[in-house]
Amino acid sequence: MRSFARSRIVLAGALAAALAVSACGGASPTNTPAPRQPDPTATPLPPQPSPGALVIYSGRGESLVDPIIRQFADATGIDAQVKYGGTASLAATLLEEGTNSPADLFYAQDPGGLGAVEPLLSPLPNGILELAPEWARSPQGLWTGISGRARVLVYSPERVPESELPADLSDLTAPEWKGRIGWAPTNGSFLTMVTGMRKIWGEERAADWIRGMVANGAVAYPKNTPQVAAVAAGEIDVGLVNHYYLYRFIAEEGENFAARNYHLPGGGPGALVMVSGAGILSTAENRENAERFIRFMLGTVAQQYFAGQTYEYPLVENVNVNRLLTPLDEIRRPDIALADLADLEGTTAILRELGALP
Amino acid sequence: MRNAASHAPAGAAKAPRAGPPVFIWLPSAAIALLMLLPPVYLLARTAESGTAALDILISGRTLAILLRTVVLVGVVTAACAVLGVALAWLTLRTDLPFRRAFGILTALPLAIPSYVFALLVIVTLGPKGMLQGWLEPLGVERLPSIFGLPGAAFTLILLSFPYVMLPAKAALHRIDPATEEAARSLGRSARGAFFHVTLPLLRPAIVSGSLLVALYTLSDFGAVSLLRYPTFTWAIFIQYETAFDRSVAAGLSLALTALALALLVAESRSRGRAAYHRATPGTQRAFRLVRLGRWRWPAAACAGSVVALSLAAPMAVLGYWVARGVSAGEPLDLLWANALNTVYVSALAAGAAAIGAAPVALLSARYPGWAASALERLAYVGFALPGLAVALAFVFFGASVLRPLYQTTFLLIAAYVVLFLPASLGATQTALRQVSPRVEEAARSLGKTPFHAFRLVTLPMLSRGIAAGAALVFLLTMKELPATLILAPTGFRTLATSVWSAASEAFFARAAMPAILLIFAAGVPAAFLVLRERRD
Repeated sequence: MRSFARSRIVLAGALAAALAVSACGGASPTNTPAPRQPDPTATPLPPQPSPGALVIYSGRGESLVDPIIRQFADATGIDAQVKYGGTASLAATLLEEGTNSPADLFYAQDPGGLGAVEPLLSPLPNGILELAPEWARSPQGLWTGISGRARVLVYSPERVPESELPADLSDLTAPEWKGRIGWAPTNGSFLTMVTGMRKIWGEERAADWIRGMVANGAVAYPKNTPQVAAVAAGEIDVGLVNHYYLYRFIAEEGENFAARNYHLPGGGPGALVMVSGAGILSTAENRENAERFIRFMLGTVAQQYFAGQTYEYPLVENVNVNRLLTPLDEIRRPDIALADLADLEGTTAILRELGALP
Repeated sequence: MRNAASHAPAGAAKAPRAGPPVFIWLPSAAIALLMLLPPVYLLARTAESGTAALDILISGRTLAILLRTVVLVGVVTAACAVLGVALAWLTLRTDLPFRRAFGILTALPLAIPSYVFALLVIVTLGPKGMLQGWLEPLGVERLPSIFGLPGAAFTLILLSFPYVMLPAKAALHRIDPATEEAARSLGRSARGAFFHVTLPLLRPAIVSGSLLVALYTLSDFGAVSLLRYPTFTWAIFIQYETAFDRSVAAGLSLALTALALALLVAESRSRGRAAYHRATPGTQRAFRLVRLGRWRWPAAACAGSVVALSLAAPMAVLGYWVARGVSAGEPLDLLWANALNTVYVSALAAGAAAIGAAPVALLSARYPGWAASALERLAYVGFALPGLAVALAFVFFGASVLRPLYQTTFLLIAAYVVLFLPASLGATQTALRQVSPRVEEAARSLGKTPFHAFRLVTLPMLSRGIAAGAALVFLLTMKELPATLILAPTGFRTLATSVWSAASEAFFARAAMPAILLIFAAGVPAAFLVLRERRD
């Protein structure tokens, strides 16, 4: 009994010790973050200054952007440390951290996330802002787009013949679409689209559209991917999504995947083109490296990566769009400034009021 | 034991004592301080929002969501209590075929992230899912919709019944078979002895496990969002995710805390003041297995179907995704480093929660009073809150006051303790209720200090409860996502973050491998618990 109890105490002590060690080290055995400052004792006569580090908070998925970030680190020697998470939760994290944030750069899935942390960002130099087209960057120069994504209707070619496809979003409120539509009312891109709709169509018509969609029993999905899967599985016939998810499903499940994209020929809010983007925090310790990172991401290599590997629209000239995609100039995208897409809170309030959000 | 004589309040037998010794109150105070972080943070944030949170809270729609949440919590908790007790009894006390294998396998669903399970439910049982595909030759065009309450309840029941099963098994171990035999000798049937003696003795374990199920259901986001059953936690996420409004989210989180506290008060009422330990001297005898007779194989079929639905079917679909990915040229990455990270932080969290739970459990069992019951309730708050709210509380304090510890493993483990302490606390308390305070008093009367009495007498008797609690925390930590993403050192990856990272971008083949590894890794604590049973 005595030795039994003692072994327990020893175990408890070992755990406490392990905790203490981990507190000092701040790292697990398999995680060795490089020190931010170069070790002064390691190289007494440095031939050139070490390129240092860069701390990125990325709301874009690791599977999508890690390869290109690794390429950046290899090319520059910069120790790029990335914290991956959801765009909204990382935005909330940055806001809680305030001026104490260890982050240098925020790489967000959508303009909404960047807009939420705008008070923490510092303006980008003109040399960077000029890289992306004007419609794809913050009006105050606080952040810039990195890659483009188009709003599309994902549909089932089996159940929706081409002749029946709608010209415009407003057609979806017609009775023949009852019970056949999916949407993701909590998704950032969807909210941005509705914000654009309020601007382009006016508040009244946008509210009517939301009412019509709710009356048509639009099925609420938590995000885009389950909608694409649901169209292929036959749960719904059309869904309002971003364009690139479809190609990942096709890459994984083959050409027989039973869904296709459709760019609304009538233009308007349903044909909005949006961006993922990045901004530099005013408290960044590695500002120069952060600027280098954005330049790299808007350079030919990275833009080609986005076009080829993630099926997104490149934002610079001289980089070809993936041949599977509809070229950007064939999309009737509405002419709307990003500044007019900022009021996500107002959109959320309206959606809640009209019963589209719980 | 809980015979007629010991229905008197447990505390009544004790002579009035001095306050708790330092080895109890000092760590208890530290735990209280830690547990206060989220509520304090939420209060500070809510205060910013003015009346916005209140307006949303008292709107008719929120009340409807609240009602739906209560319905889901009720259904899931009741089903888990029945399933958990049945499986605990079958796998421990009967001659069920393969009972040790069942004992291990039934604990594993706890390690499956709820959004992964929900995704698999949709893929297999959805209106046009795999099952419909198989039934199509029979003329089934479309299965009835699983979305809403049926799918959400189905998912959460199959993932959460081990919360009841594990503590119930630990408690079953400590029930003296002599009480059941006494009931039999007084003319009760075997079934009567179970319902009138064993089940009442299991009550603390069932209630504390059910409480975990209820609070987990309250805080779940993955299953309810994918299966489209709007609950209170979903409403909170909408504030974080769509409106980027931390103060309204904080206000709603406080309301969720109030709901959790209401559940806790109900739990302590139901627990009453009955005693569950031996009233008379003597030691417990090993129990004999109940012979199921002709029910042996039907019972095995029932246990088997639970394992098939909660574990085998998910594993099969995940395996299919891996195979499809590999045949399409996806590299087979075994992610050893991530698996090691997962086991490392989960083991630390399990150990820390076990150490943290012991003083709180002792305080509430041996020194009842307002301080003990306040601390006990406070300890449960983190478990009921969305993980993101707790993580942001740690960001708030970590980035400012505890800057050197921010984004270190240490603070991450502290957050895990806040999130999961109740899992450890409940199991430890249940075990402690089965230990008579007289044995400690006997040790004290022989000249031992309170700490020695605890270490030499009480602790060994608690070991099974503590181990069950630690295993629960281990399994919970393995799949934890929001706090891990935000609070872990930059670049630190676990299996759960790998699954999420791939699944959220629709790379299902890439998500499947770490999900399978997660379930295998969960086998470690589950097997540990079951193998300990052999000592009897």
